[in-house]
Amino acid sequence: MLRVAAQVAALVLVLLVGYVLWTIFSANMASARLSIDYGFMRATAGFDISQTVIPYSPRDSYGHAFLAGLLNTLMVSFVGIVLATLLGIVVGVARLSRNWLLNRIASGYVEIMRNTPLLVQLVLVYAVLLTLPSVANSLQLGDAIFLNQRGLFLPRPIAQPPFGLWLAMIGVGLAVAIVAARLSAFRQDRGLPSFSLGRLGLLILVVFSVGGWVVLQPMVFDVPVLERFNFIGGVVISPSFAALLFGLIIYTAAFIGEVVRGGIQAVTRGQLEAAYAIGLRPAQTLRLIVFPQALRIIVPPLTSQYLNLTKNSSLAIAVGFPDLFSVTRTIGNQTGQPVSVIVLVMSTYLTISLVTSLLMNIYNRRVQVLER
Amino acid sequence: MTAAAERLPPPPSTIGPLAWLQRNLFSSWASSVATIVVGAVIVLIVFLVIEWAVIDARWGVITNNLRLFLIGQYPLEEAWRVWLALLVVSVMTGLSAAAQGSRATRTLASGLAAGQALLGVLALVSNMGLNVAGGLLVNAAVVWLAFAVGVRRPVRTRLLGLAWLASVPILFLLMQGFGVPLFPTVATHLWGGLLLTFLLSVGGIALSFPFGVLLALGRRSDLPLVRVLSTAYIEVIRGVPLITLLFMAAIMLPLFLPGDLRIEHVFRALAGITLFSAAYVAENVRGGLQAIPSGQIEAANAIGLNAFQRNLYVVLPQALRTVIPANVGLFISLLKDTTLVAIAGTGLLELLGIGRRVVAQPSWIGAEVEVYAFISAVFFFMCYVMSQASYRLEEELGVGKR
Repeated sequence: MLRVAAQVAALVLVLLVGYVLWTIFSANMASARLSIDYGFMRATAGFDISQTVIPYSPRDSYGHAFLAGLLNTLMVSFVGIVLATLLGIVVGVARLSRNWLLNRIASGYVEIMRNTPLLVQLVLVYAVLLTLPSVANSLQLGDAIFLNQRGLFLPRPIAQPPFGLWLAMIGVGLAVAIVAARLSAFRQDRGLPSFSLGRLGLLILVVFSVGGWVVLQPMVFDVPVLERFNFIGGVVISPSFAALLFGLIIYTAAFIGEVVRGGIQAVTRGQLEAAYAIGLRPAQTLRLIVFPQALRIIVPPLTSQYLNLTKNSSLAIAVGFPDLFSVTRTIGNQTGQPVSVIVLVMSTYLTISLVTSLLMNIYNRRVQVLER
Repeated sequence: MTAAAERLPPPPSTIGPLAWLQRNLFSSWASSVATIVVGAVIVLIVFLVIEWAVIDARWGVITNNLRLFLIGQYPLEEAWRVWLALLVVSVMTGLSAAAQGSRATRTLASGLAAGQALLGVLALVSNMGLNVAGGLLVNAAVVWLAFAVGVRRPVRTRLLGLAWLASVPILFLLMQGFGVPLFPTVATHLWGGLLLTFLLSVGGIALSFPFGVLLALGRRSDLPLVRVLSTAYIEVIRGVPLITLLFMAAIMLPLFLPGDLRIEHVFRALAGITLFSAAYVAENVRGGLQAIPSGQIEAANAIGLNAFQRNLYVVLPQALRTVIPANVGLFISLLKDTTLVAIAGTGLLELLGIGRRVVAQPSWIGAEVEVYAFISAVFFFMCYVMSQASYRLEEELGVGKR
């Protein structure tokens, strides 16, 4: 009875506070001529976005601009997550290395990254990138790769007609390699002499892809060329994108490194000793014994690091990269509807977070099933 | 007699510098390669950085603007109030370090003393006037003095705890002023630099703590409605970036207030930070609540305590104690996150915001790297000291030990 009364009281209180706030809010919205209405999303945006994944021009709608910003955020987050994970594993393993120098450097790196704000790192990296030589004095590697204040200019690969055929050859090579590896493992399980079929498969894959490349010429490269003021052609990685990506990677890798180290250290000594006792080599021990067990411990904290990286990509505005937050803020300023835009941007980030944690939870469950 | 047994060479030394090198740097073929490659790269980087810092860098951008970095637009003639506030903090830190006898608080006290001494020397080099340099250097000495006094005549911990709690509003009022002759009001929009960074982070954690504890209790409540609301709040906040919340607080907060009530930008940013970090405090505290054996709760029920008394006297004192290190970690994150107000359109100039304003001055264009390197160093110092204190605290409380 008391429980019901308490809940009713809580409900009434929440509703009352909500009602009062809502009344004030709608009165203020009305007097400031604001509304929560997304009709403006169809109107012409009229502003340019410096770099996009999808084609975009100022004549497209606000909705299209929003989509371009969202895809930029997703792109930078995805690339950042992949690279930060790789670097993080290196850092985590180096932290456990018996090599004193590696060990010290890795822990110094982790301390520096964890104890300085990401935003300061981002603007620092960006400031350093802007001290690179001007376009006329670019640093160059051969005649194809150029580095200067405006970014890193790389050759752009363009697929030629035989590209599909080449992909098919790689596919066949991959299939052969997989079958060979399975067969090899099968023979090993049965105690039959397992000749190194896996390596043979790998060799076939390499021959197919390299040989196919040489014979078919599936791609040509559009090399950047210096015109009067800037490079034309090729593909450019802008300083703002590079600073954001690099900053996110080095910051998150320090945290992932600690997660990886914790996971590996949590695998008990007995497991290692048992692995050595049955004659596994150190590399096999890592691959077959330590990593699978460490993975179970690593996945949940790793998920939160991935989410952090995605949320932290909203700092892009500090280095001028047009991500979701930056683009929507411009939309808010232009349309004079900041409130609608805030609601939209927050719910978008929330959706990204919820979907990511859902996917990682599914993956986590699959990893955890291995537990007896 | 057969021939004397063959003489074996002496076993390799296991002590001394050579053996140390062999064991730690060149133990195997792969290890040697790693040592040489990584060592070469590090030497190169260190050389380039030192060359830049000594020859190319224009450090004048820091020394000429040091006052802005420290206190922003806070008037220099009123700055003594800031040093007085720091003096109070220094005395209490020294006394606490002596009273608690814990290595963690001693680490914090040494950090405070060293930090003030370093900034004081920097102010001396920058010709900022003895007012500033003296204030900082004296305060650095005061930490040690208070510690020495505290060791002889320990102050009761409970008294110190109350003093710390009371100090946050009192020191804020001291620096803001009351509009009376000796203490003219210094509006918060004039505060800046490190001073504002401290205001935002300390204010943020102080305000979010009670809110977070309530949310954590709510999330574990038996009342479904309370549980659902608390959980929803925590998950929503943890799913969005802080910058969107700060943006929301800057623009939407005034819309939730009755017409003529205006709210200062500092408090809008504080509200955003508080709403954000309360959700994280709640998750930390929930960890502490879950660690309490159910026997404790059953015992509290058995002696007839009601829910309120049970939480206040039995559950929270134990739970909050175990989550102190996690909350120190949270405070470090919060301190770092205060830099976000520089880009969230709040119009506030904390340390990073001041830095961005300084490099926009025509005479200092191109000195970005110097400014941001300095700001990184300041943050690194503060956060490193606190994280070391937090490790010590974990050891002392035996967190993670079975």
